[in-house]
Amino acid sequence: MENRYDLNKNLAQMLKGGVIMDVTTPEQAKIAEDAGACAVMALERIPADIRAAGGVSRMSDPSMIRGIQRAVSIPVMAKVRIGHFVEAQILEAMEIDFIDESEVLSPADDVFHIDKRKFSVPFVCGAKNLGEALRRISEGASMIRTKGEPGTGDIIQAVRHMRMINQQIRRIQSMREDELYEEAKNLQVPYELVCNVCKDGKLPVVNFAAGGIATPADASLMMQLGAEGVFVGSGIFKSSDPKKRAQAIVKAVTNYNDPSILVVVSENLGEAMVGINEEEIELLMAQRGL
Amino acid sequence: MNVGVLAIQGDFAEHQKALQLVGVSSFEIRKLSDLQQSLDALILPGGESTVIGHLLHETQLFSPLKTMIDNDLPVWGTCAGMILLARTIEDEQKSYFGKIPITVKRNAFGRQLGSFHMTGTCSGIGEIPMTFIRAPFIKDAEEEVQILSSVNGYGVAATYRNVLVTSFHPELTDDLQVLKYFLQRSQENARENMSQFFAVPAFA
Repeated sequence: MENRYDLNKNLAQMLKGGVIMDVTTPEQAKIAEDAGACAVMALERIPADIRAAGGVSRMSDPSMIRGIQRAVSIPVMAKVRIGHFVEAQILEAMEIDFIDESEVLSPADDVFHIDKRKFSVPFVCGAKNLGEALRRISEGASMIRTKGEPGTGDIIQAVRHMRMINQQIRRIQSMREDELYEEAKNLQVPYELVCNVCKDGKLPVVNFAAGGIATPADASLMMQLGAEGVFVGSGIFKSSDPKKRAQAIVKAVTNYNDPSILVVVSENLGEAMVGINEEEIELLMAQRGL
Repeated sequence: MNVGVLAIQGDFAEHQKALQLVGVSSFEIRKLSDLQQSLDALILPGGESTVIGHLLHETQLFSPLKTMIDNDLPVWGTCAGMILLARTIEDEQKSYFGKIPITVKRNAFGRQLGSFHMTGTCSGIGEIPMTFIRAPFIKDAEEEVQILSSVNGYGVAATYRNVLVTSFHPELTDDLQVLKYFLQRSQENARENMSQFFAVPAFA
C-alpha cells in the first residue's frame, strides 16, 4: 500500500504547474483539454450553480463521468461528499484518476473524513490551515488544495488559506526540535508529519490553490503566494468566453512571474463571472470538514 | 555543461534537483527569451503531454526547440517528454518534435490504477527503479532505434541518435544512473561536434 501511496503522490507531481478545470459535459471537457488543462473535474453542476440551487448536492451520475473519461486523455477527477466512502468506492470502481473529497458537496459525515488509506486511487482534499492539511494527509490524501470559497469568484478566502498554511509552515521551520511535540498537539496532527514539514519547509504532498479563481491575475497571484498549480471551477464556464479565458489562465499559471505576459493574456477576455463577495454569502462551504 | 529543462508544466523541478545532485548546472525554459542562454542538452519532463504540447506552440518555443533537436542537440524525454519526441502517436493525427521514429501509445498501462513501480534492467545502464505514472509505451520502432528496456514486450526506454526516451520517471526516484547515462552521451556528442568543428587542420 505504501507503494500505491507513493505512486499517487507522484501523479500529483505530474500535475504541477497546471490548471485543473471543472467541467459538466464531454464538450466542456474537450474545450478544457484543448485549452491546456492538465486534468478535469467532472461534476454535474459547477459550484456557482450548486450555490444558487441550494439543496443537497451529491456525487455525479457515473454515466456522465464516464462520458467525460471517454472524451479526454488527461486525468479525470470527480467529487465525493466529505465522509461518504461509498461514493468513493463507486468512483474507484470506475477507475477515476483522482477523487476530491470536497466541501463543495453537502457533507455526509460531520465527524469523520474518509479513511483514504483504504483506497488505491488518489485523493485530493481541501484545507484552510496547516492542521487541516496535515490531518487530511495522515488520512491518506495524496494532494492538498486550499478550500477558498467555491462558486463565488472571490479570491479572498483562497489567499487567506494559502497564506495561513505557508505562515504556519515557516513558523514550524523556526522551532527547536523539542517544541515540535507541542506544535503537533496544538495542530492535532501526528508528530512525524510536523517533523517532515520542519525538515522540508513544505507539505509532504503537492499543494494547489482552489476556490474563487476567476481571472489570469487571480491564478498568478495564487502561484506567487506558493501554490503549485490551480483549480478553476465556476470561473471558466460561468464567463462569457470560456475557451479564451481557459487558455489565458493556463498561460498565466506557466508564466506567473512575468507581468508582460500577464498583460497580454488578460486582454479582451470578455465578462468574468459575476461573483459574490464573501460578506454576501449565506453558506460558507469552507467551514465544512475540519 | 549547461542543461535546459522545459518548465512549461510538469515535474521539471524534480529534474533540476537531480541535475543539482550530480553537480550540473541547469536553467528553466518557459519563454522565448530563456533560449538566449546556450544549452548543451535539453530535458523534456513528465507532465501532461497535451498541455506541454499546446503551450510549446502558444509560447513560440516550439520552432526554435525543434530546430535545435533536429540539429542533434542531446535531448531526454521522460513520459510526456517521450510522447513529444515520438514521430507517431497512436490514434492521433498530429505529433510534436517527431525526432525518434517510434509509435507511442498514450496511457498505455491504463488510468492511475494502472500506474506501477518496478525494478528493471536498462541495457547500457544496469538495474534501475522504474516508476510508471499513466505512462506511454513504444508500440512500434524502426530498426535504427535501440530499445534499452521492455515491459510485457513493449519498449519503455530507447535511444536514437541524439534522443533518449523513457516511459518511466527516474527523476522521481533517488537513482541517478539514467541521468548520468544521458549526460555522458551528451558529453560524447559535444566532443564529436567539436572534432567536426576542428576537422580542418590548423597548420595546413
